[in-house]
Amino acid sequence: MNAHRRLVLKGMFALAAIAAWPRLLLAARPDSVFQETDADKVIADLFGQAPTDSDQVMMKIPDIAENGAVVPVTIKTDLENVESISIVVVNNPTPLAASFIMSPRSVPTVSVRIKMGESSQVVALVKAGGAVYSTTKEVKVTIGGCGG
Amino acid sequence: MGKPIKIRAKVKGDIAEVKALMPHDMESGLRRDPDTDELVPAHYITDVVAEHKGEVVMTAYWGTAVSKNPYVSFSFTGAAAGDTIKMHWNDNKGDSSTTEAVLK
Repeated sequence: MNAHRRLVLKGMFALAAIAAWPRLLLAARPDSVFQETDADKVIADLFGQAPTDSDQVMMKIPDIAENGAVVPVTIKTDLENVESISIVVVNNPTPLAASFIMSPRSVPTVSVRIKMGESSQVVALVKAGGAVYSTTKEVKVTIGGCGG
Repeated sequence: MGKPIKIRAKVKGDIAEVKALMPHDMESGLRRDPDTDELVPAHYITDVVAEHKGEVVMTAYWGTAVSKNPYVSFSFTGAAAGDTIKMHWNDNKGDSSTTEAVLK
């Protein structure tokens, strides 16, 4: 009886895993989202749900970037089952800067250097366990990085 | 053929921390040539994949807002010193580069 119940449960988990598979993998680059010019639409198109502000998403980025062409960003999170980490620069011509797809063996922390055309809010988004969490920081740019 | 990726990867415990530098112009398509005043066509890395023991451990999708000569760092578990990591990128003009490095 118990063994049977276990088998049924296992089967259900397996089915759930298969159902979650394509989203988990995000198997192709979301090209159209990278072309999108409105930050809210970027987030809506990327996730299909609104992010929740969370202090479990940590972003290290300078408050003042002297050179917008090279702004170092590090994003970390304590959240578990992290599927992806994305960076959106609200005022950039195309706000989606990067999306990192995590693997089951990933430690959920990434660093990258980005360009910022002007002062802007920068949003770090973490998708974990099917939900989306974010943290936002205002970054002041003294020399823009789009023309440079 | 793109330039090779400079990879430095260190293992602590069973966690590998990888730091990679990819020489690439990363033209956003918004920059004007200072001499001709014409827009320089966009030329940028669109995706980066890191593999360890035949498994993808990290995939990055990038837009035009990643800086010139991109630097990226990431970490993964299940690694041991002496293992090989393979990194690969593709850009929007069909160019690519693959580099292997040994974890230290």
